[in-house]
Amino acid sequence: MEHQQIIPHLFRTEYRKLISVLCRYFGFDQIELAEDVASETFLIAAQNWGINGLPPNPTAWLYSVAKNKAKNQLQRGNLFDTRIAPKIRETATALYAYEPDLSPQNINDSQLQMMFAICHPAISTEAQVGLALRILCGFGINEIADAFLTNKETINKRLYRAKEKLREEKIKIEMPAKSEIERRLDQVLTTIYLLFNEGYYSLSSDTTLRKDLCLEALRLCTMLVENKQTDKPKVNALLSLMCFHASRFEARIGKNGELILYDDQDTSLWDTDLISKGAYFLNSSAVGEQLSRYHLEAAIGYWRTQKLDTPEKWQVVLGLYDQLLQIAYSPIAALNRAYVLSKVAGNKAAIAEANKLDLTENQFYFTLLGHLYTGIDNEQAMLNFRQALSLARSMADRQIIQQKIDKLSS
Amino acid sequence: MLIFRHQDGSKIASPEQMQKWMQATMDWLNGIAAKGKYEGKGDGLVMDNAKVVHHGGTVTNGPFGEIKETLGGYVIVKADSIDEAAEFAKGCPVLGGEGNTVEVRLLAKGDGVH
Repeated sequence: MEHQQIIPHLFRTEYRKLISVLCRYFGFDQIELAEDVASETFLIAAQNWGINGLPPNPTAWLYSVAKNKAKNQLQRGNLFDTRIAPKIRETATALYAYEPDLSPQNINDSQLQMMFAICHPAISTEAQVGLALRILCGFGINEIADAFLTNKETINKRLYRAKEKLREEKIKIEMPAKSEIERRLDQVLTTIYLLFNEGYYSLSSDTTLRKDLCLEALRLCTMLVENKQTDKPKVNALLSLMCFHASRFEARIGKNGELILYDDQDTSLWDTDLISKGAYFLNSSAVGEQLSRYHLEAAIGYWRTQKLDTPEKWQVVLGLYDQLLQIAYSPIAALNRAYVLSKVAGNKAAIAEANKLDLTENQFYFTLLGHLYTGIDNEQAMLNFRQALSLARSMADRQIIQQKIDKLSS
Repeated sequence: MLIFRHQDGSKIASPEQMQKWMQATMDWLNGIAAKGKYEGKGDGLVMDNAKVVHHGGTVTNGPFGEIKETLGGYVIVKADSIDEAAEFAKGCPVLGGEGNTVEVRLLAKGDGVH
């Protein structure tokens, strides 16, 4: 790989490691300093490698530059702050004695601890996702803004406030106490789950970005499964769920970035490796006495990888949705259940259930009704599709609904 | 693509193996359900964070494939308040039974655009 290609690649894989280790080294309150050092390290690499060519071991090169820069920073900070911040000086002097530990073990530990620090209940979930993208996934502010469909300023502000809050709370880069892990883990899982959803269903038109988001979520969850303290059944269930859905990544997006609906997907593009991983982790998750929403969603996800249209399959899926709604109700899950119900009990029964939801501001409520009415009452179907069209915001969604309308009127 | 260090899972499992895994999983799942363990004692995520409220919210949801992928697109329900979101929840068809509860979970705040 030429340095033009290897730097972005290394940035993706090494930035988060550097940040996590440096942050632990400097203390969480110096997170900006850690970000600066990590970014500068890559800047220097870009300049130096451009002139001198690639070093034999680029990763080791990055680590050694980062180490030196970190030490220099503390030294400089020490001199600078003698008068104004004696306290910082004390810490700095103590820390200056040793250099950042970039051993694989410490890199791994630091990343895990960083995950818990970022997913702290003191800050909002969306700020957690933002910080996770920035710090653990090495995403640029532009990319994050794109993923959230907002602008740079909003993201900058959001991240700044979140960091301030974490500082106020005196968050440390450490594993939560044993008694705390279970509870804090839920927060971490929620963030990973949102990260994945953001990628899987984001409105952003950048398909590479969306795929990266999903892969990062898978990677973070894999780290949790690989660590004894966090290798819990629900973590395996979440990983399974994401594997099953990610298996269709290549099939669900067309050449021009358009969405390809499930029934039109080329199943030979489904990733069988990911499907079998999903089954493996789902099986690993099926222990103990706790059934989480991730277990149920993963089981539902499994059935989506089986393109059968048998009553037995839909009966099982309906049962899973019923359970899911009882432990984690959401209107969208209920809407999806209505679709499954149509497969089991027919469209009329499903229309009755869907109507109860009355989600009149939701395009998919109308899309579903349009679908269910098709063949029963085409006039109603048309009315619902038109409603859906008026609510749809993305071009891709509008195109798909328009196709349904065209089909119905032909 | 992804490198999993879990070796057993990393090779493509045979259909028979998959079948076994899924059977075991469904047995476990049904066992738990039969004991009613998931009700009220389920995942902390569901019970503890069920009403995490940040003002002015969007209720966003998991990758349920049925509608998003089958009928097209992606889903977000916008609710101005948690109460409104809770209103949605009342329409839940399976919650008629006594002792069943409704949880509204607020996962991410909306800027109106998210």
